[in-house]
Amino acid sequence: MTAPHPDLIMLLAGLAAILVVASVAGFLLQRRLSPDGSSAVIENLNDRIKAWWVMIVLMGIALLFGRIGVVLLFGFASFAALREFVTLTDTRRGDHWAVAAAFFVVLPYQYYLIFIDWYGMYSIFIPVYAFLLLPIVAALRGDTDRFLVRVAEVQWALMICVFCVSHVPALLTLQIPGFEGRNLLLIAFLVVVVQSSDVLQYVWGKLLGRTKIAPHLSPSKTVEGFIGGAASATLLGAALSWMTPFTPIQAGALSLVIVLMGFFGGLVMSAIKRDRGVKDWGHLIAGHGGFIDRLDSVIFSAPIFFHLVRYWWSAT
Amino acid sequence: MNFVAGIAGAAIILFARFITAVRAVWQGIEPVQRQRVYFANHVSHGDFILLWTVLPDRMRRRTRPVAGADYWLKSPLRRFIGRDVFNAVLIDRNRESRTDDPIAQMAEALDSGASLIVFPEGTRNETDARLLPFKSGIYHLAKARPEVDLVPVWIDNLNRVMPKGEFVPVPLICTVTFGAPLHVGADEAKDAFIARAEQALLALSPDTRSNTQ
Repeated sequence: MTAPHPDLIMLLAGLAAILVVASVAGFLLQRRLSPDGSSAVIENLNDRIKAWWVMIVLMGIALLFGRIGVVLLFGFASFAALREFVTLTDTRRGDHWAVAAAFFVVLPYQYYLIFIDWYGMYSIFIPVYAFLLLPIVAALRGDTDRFLVRVAEVQWALMICVFCVSHVPALLTLQIPGFEGRNLLLIAFLVVVVQSSDVLQYVWGKLLGRTKIAPHLSPSKTVEGFIGGAASATLLGAALSWMTPFTPIQAGALSLVIVLMGFFGGLVMSAIKRDRGVKDWGHLIAGHGGFIDRLDSVIFSAPIFFHLVRYWWSAT
Repeated sequence: MNFVAGIAGAAIILFARFITAVRAVWQGIEPVQRQRVYFANHVSHGDFILLWTVLPDRMRRRTRPVAGADYWLKSPLRRFIGRDVFNAVLIDRNRESRTDDPIAQMAEALDSGASLIVFPEGTRNETDARLLPFKSGIYHLAKARPEVDLVPVWIDNLNRVMPKGEFVPVPLICTVTFGAPLHVGADEAKDAFIARAEQALLALSPDTRSNTQ
């Protein structure tokens, strides 16, 4: 356990301060407008604030323990996400061994590869090895009914819940000249930009939202909310350049990419939910639905952010 | 032994939550301390563990599963889990050889203040049917103690977590849905009551719910 970087402590303290303000505001709103818990919007808001507290405390603890803490935290997040995803698929008895292997072999091994920093393996392990081996396991069971659909569902579950999510802790393995020992701040930057983009889109949408962007997929998303949220999250990202190896313009551009990927990733995940006929992925976190409901924007932005930074800034 | 059993119970609950993230849906009753007979569908040995896991602590300590003595007395480990951890009411399922009347055993457990978990199908359902026909035990128990609430409980998804013949569980989210309590009518016939109980349980299954929506 090494002492965390002062920038990180400042950032966590700043987030905690914002959450204290949000909690007080949520408490006052509830006392004035919904003393008996009758306003769904305010109850939902307060549930969300509580869940953010849990998230920031978990992130803080993991960050204090350095790489092992972050790898374990996201490993468990992957596990919970995969559990939600597979619950909604059509997998059946013939897939039992393939699914069990996904949970108990592929997932732990992927995070182990991240931990030992074997880039050449963790970047292809799931897209190549798991991609080819799991259908073999399923085929050996001999059940050919809807085979392609079932195999594809397991592949997608692994790519989304394990491969993509694991690119968050993978940010720790990048070697950026002049930024040694501070890689945790890249994770903090990614998570803060993604989460604040979600919040700001929600706020802008509530304030000005008129035109629905995808009425069939996500009735709560509006053009006004999207533009306002994306623009303000990009500005916020640029303002956070002091904790990154980027200039303010670069930080803003990367934030815009993160925000766009997060937004469209959210649409894709909504499409999957619609297809499966559910509103939320699960019920693990009060007010937030399931784990994937919270992770969906990070899922799509993490690998792209990782590779952009690796290509342009990393020494290896 | 009590302490070890407590630890083992906590470990079993933790494991069940890790694998299934199990969630209780209190649809027809509230989770309050009241004497009840929970009757549930039965697809796996994990069924009563899930039901037991989602009960609030205080209720769980007073709730005893009713299980087959032939299975739970077979080995020292099963005996420890069945008797010491779950405090099961062990009944002899063999009509010819048994000396104790299962209904009397269950009534006695109810009289001592316990709630019960029963599986009226009598055995694990390994067919494609959602529910096997109920045995008549539930009717006789309802007649013997007509004041006790009979609560239908649908346990969903556990058959996918651990299909028949597999020994590695796959993590999937399960739910346990509690319905509105039943009581046997003063002059209700056996078949009518059993049909009513089966319907009440089936109505809680998500397949039924999504078909009617």
